[in-house]
Amino acid sequence: MAAVTLLSTLNLSKRFGGLQAVDGVDFTFLEGEIRALIGPNGAGKTTFVNLLSGRIPPTEGRIVFAGEDVTRLPAHARVNRGIAYTFQITSIFAAMSALENVKLSAQRRLSKGVFGPDPELLERVAMSALERVGLADRHGEIAGNLSYGHQRLLEVALGLGLEPKLLILDEPTQGLTDQEIGVFVDLVREIARQASVLLIEHNMDVVMGLADSITVLDRGRILAQGAPDEIRRDEAVRRAYLGA
Amino acid sequence: MRSLRVNKAVTLHLGAIGVLFALQFVLPDYHHVNLARVMVLAGFAMAYNISFGYTGLLSLGHAMFFAAGLYAAGLMARFAGVGAEGGLILGVIAGLAMAVAVGLLALRTTGVSFMIVTLMFAQAAFLTIFYFGEYTRGDEGFIIPSGLRTLFGFSLVEPATRYLVALSLFALCVAVSHGIARSSVGRVLAAIRENEERTRMLGYNVFLYKLAALAISGAMSGAAGAAYGFLFGYVGATFASIQYSIFPLLWVLMGGAATVLGPFAGTLLMFYLVDISSAYTSANMLIVGLALIGLILFFPKGILGTIRERAAPWLP
Ligand SMILES: Nc1ncnc2c1ncn2[C@@H]1O[C@H](COP(=O)(O)OP(=O)(O)O)[C@@H](O)[C@H]1O
Ligand SMILES: [Mg+2]
Repeated sequence: MAAVTLLSTLNLSKRFGGLQAVDGVDFTFLEGEIRALIGPNGAGKTTFVNLLSGRIPPTEGRIVFAGEDVTRLPAHARVNRGIAYTFQITSIFAAMSALENVKLSAQRRLSKGVFGPDPELLERVAMSALERVGLADRHGEIAGNLSYGHQRLLEVALGLGLEPKLLILDEPTQGLTDQEIGVFVDLVREIARQASVLLIEHNMDVVMGLADSITVLDRGRILAQGAPDEIRRDEAVRRAYLGA
Repeated sequence: MRSLRVNKAVTLHLGAIGVLFALQFVLPDYHHVNLARVMVLAGFAMAYNISFGYTGLLSLGHAMFFAAGLYAAGLMARFAGVGAEGGLILGVIAGLAMAVAVGLLALRTTGVSFMIVTLMFAQAAFLTIFYFGEYTRGDEGFIIPSGLRTLFGFSLVEPATRYLVALSLFALCVAVSHGIARSSVGRVLAAIRENEERTRMLGYNVFLYKLAALAISGAMSGAAGAAYGFLFGYVGATFASIQYSIFPLLWVLMGGAATVLGPFAGTLLMFYLVDISSAYTSANMLIVGLALIGLILFFPKGILGTIRERAAPWLP
């Protein structure tokens, strides 16, 4: 497969008052890859992906997605172009059932005009997203009553319902048990067959097991970039992050 | 061909409309006219429920949409001799236009700011009525001549016609509410109410959905306002006052936010609470206040909201 650029940023920057949270980042992301974004707390990882998804505007720089400059597009329009974002802090519709949650994520894509999608088709698509994350048998449960781990999975199912080109996962395994993490790794691998994945992750086992390549962010800048083995050996990365 | 499934919610709503239809033949005059009034005001409450109940927009200025309809219809009747047919259409347009104009600005804010901005717009609308006192006669208001109060040749001064027109408006509002609650748009509105940022990040243009909800709410409020003017013959500034922005909120809270028939239940209950208590004491608003506090304490989701929670989860 030829390496096609899915997303690139040029001098992307975000300043919060006196703090340069993202500092002139030039970033290239290829179609089909699983990229891990790592770096110490406060490095600017969440801010960086927030810029990509359009939740906050950059102070400088450009973002090109699938050949289109999306820098000025509002967040919802970027979602429609294929950038899906799952929140670092779980954000679901707590009072609705798990199925209702996923229906919401799939319904816009399946709708034709102002009238909604065919209810049976919608139900089928939503159920299949729940099946992929292993929540099919809990489709009727109120999302707020699900366990934390299941809520994280539902969050991913919301992303899947969008059928994105790029799925951004912000610390998805945070707070999960080892067993849940195992399920999760398999899930991401399965998702990556259809979508590209940008994964912010602290758990180095997960990163090394999943990522095709790694970008290390430190104080808003790219510190290093490369294959997992290269990053593991990188002296600067060890000092800044791996703490060895 | 898709078969029509008879569902419980449709049956319930048709049943309620049927009961209201039947009541006109048995009610004594006094309650007959009261119920007509309640049905029109319930239309206003249902309008408020679209934006507040289903979408989570807590407006403190809905009186301006009701008054927009009332005055558009009333002034055109007074100065251009427009009858109820034209008046109702004008009312809808006025309420809709006002809601879109206000929404374009006010919907840039959320939460408490949205409450304050809508309150201020409504206050401005209220004062505008006095500013043009020459035409509106301010507080005192004016009467729509009975000769103009006709719809397709039927006189709205006639209690029976008045009741049927009020019921028709009510039924239409029920149909709109039911349709929205059951539609995919309704699902998105509920999502916005629950978690706006998440809804945006599922690709929905949240601003546009909120504007649409407010526009529908404004149009329905305007229809109720225009109908009120033509059915009861009086147009006055009280209907644009803060009181008429608070009423629909109370009606909806009492009856159950985000339920189709809740606004009607709340309007009916509050109407008779005021009516009955004022027969005994001049401190009747105190009694209404106490009843409200009791209701919120014991039935925080309102009458139909509580029923839905405890007995009938299918209730729309
Ligand atoms: N909305 C904000 N306003 C001000 N400062 C912020 C905001 N969001 C993040 N920051 C700051 O920007 C820096 C990067 O934060 P973040 O992107 O969350 O880091 P990471 O996700 O890598 O832990 C931190 O110092 C954080 O305090
Ligand atoms: Mg973060």
